[in-house]
Amino acid sequence: MDCKKEALALMHKYLDDELTQKEERKLRGHLQACGQCQKHFHELKRTISLVQSSSQVSAPPDFTKKVMERLPKEKKRTNYSRWFRHHPFLTAAAVFFILMFGGVFSAWNDDQQVSVSKQDNLVIQNQVVIVPENVTVEGDLVVRNGDLRIEGLVNGDVTVINGEILEKENQDNPLDGDKYMAYVSGDVNEVNQVFEWMWYQVKKTVTNIFTLEEE
Amino acid sequence: METVIKQKIKQIKKGDHAAFEDVVTFYQNKVYQICFRMIGNKHEAEDLAQEAFIRAYTNIDRFDEKRKFSTWLYRIATNLTIDRIRKKKPDYFLDAEVKGTEGLNMYSQLAADQALPEEEVESLELQTYIHKEILALPPKYRSVIVLRFLDELSLQEIADVLEIPVGTVKTRIHRGREALRKRLRHV
Ligand SMILES: [Zn+2]
Repeated sequence: MDCKKEALALMHKYLDDELTQKEERKLRGHLQACGQCQKHFHELKRTISLVQSSSQVSAPPDFTKKVMERLPKEKKRTNYSRWFRHHPFLTAAAVFFILMFGGVFSAWNDDQQVSVSKQDNLVIQNQVVIVPENVTVEGDLVVRNGDLRIEGLVNGDVTVINGEILEKENQDNPLDGDKYMAYVSGDVNEVNQVFEWMWYQVKKTVTNIFTLEEE
Repeated sequence: METVIKQKIKQIKKGDHAAFEDVVTFYQNKVYQICFRMIGNKHEAEDLAQEAFIRAYTNIDRFDEKRKFSTWLYRIATNLTIDRIRKKKPDYFLDAEVKGTEGLNMYSQLAADQALPEEEVESLELQTYIHKEILALPPKYRSVIVLRFLDELSLQEIADVLEIPVGTVKTRIHRGREALRKRLRHV
């Protein structure tokens, strides 16, 4: 048997617990005849027991505590949203004051120009915003200080502030008719009073806060 | 034990900190040992082991519950430690193999030639000496030796932890064992 190749390979196989009975007989036969390999084998076995005898190390006593302290904290978003959920009235009041000092009232009073969030392909006539029949608005549509007539389609929410949604001819109340709902895929809101406007802003602001926090 | 751990993992995925605390307590010594034996000093080992647990926590959603948790955890620990070793001593990682040295690299060849003076061996505690000899192995041999003989993982488990074929694990163990034999036979 070749000491360097075959015998050595068998020794390692033995140490990996992967020797067949036949191979074991072969190795034993060689070791009895070859002093060199016997020494080598002995050294290998001793090496392993030396390595294994080196004591098991333990983590420092406060290890778990330190890991727990380093864990990422609960995201702040959950803290905020929990607070808002538990204090709906305070939330509304707080946002109300923010908006008040932020000049929302003056915006309400001063800005009487008709404005619309999306201008593309929309027609504005005498304070009426018209979504023409062959036009589809992708996304939410907000109209301020004007009325809205939808002849085409709106793929999103519709909000009309200080104005109303005009009925098409031969159409019943647009807000609860099935026919009308077919034109707008999202929510329809009409906001005509200052208070409603406030509430709309509160909802929008709170939604924005949560949206921002979630990012 | 695996079933208990599996239960804990489910709780951790729901955000249960206490369940994670139990898992840390259960595995802390194993993970610390892997890091310590591979990096060599207590301070860095502690830092790496902590980091391994934190990574496990933050990535828990990516852990496949059909797998063995310990394998996944040890993989995080060994990868972090190997990364740290690489960053620490880039020149140390000379992996150019020298012909006829059974796969050990230039570094270990050089180190093997510098036999430790007799009196130094005697002055050092045997433990420390063995620890040093394991650390003198190139990291890829060191990791298999540590996992095999100190953590007593099976060849297949080591292959799973290091994401290498079992055949490669065997080769590395054989070479690591031979290298250690050369260094420890005088003890
Ligand atoms: Zn022989």
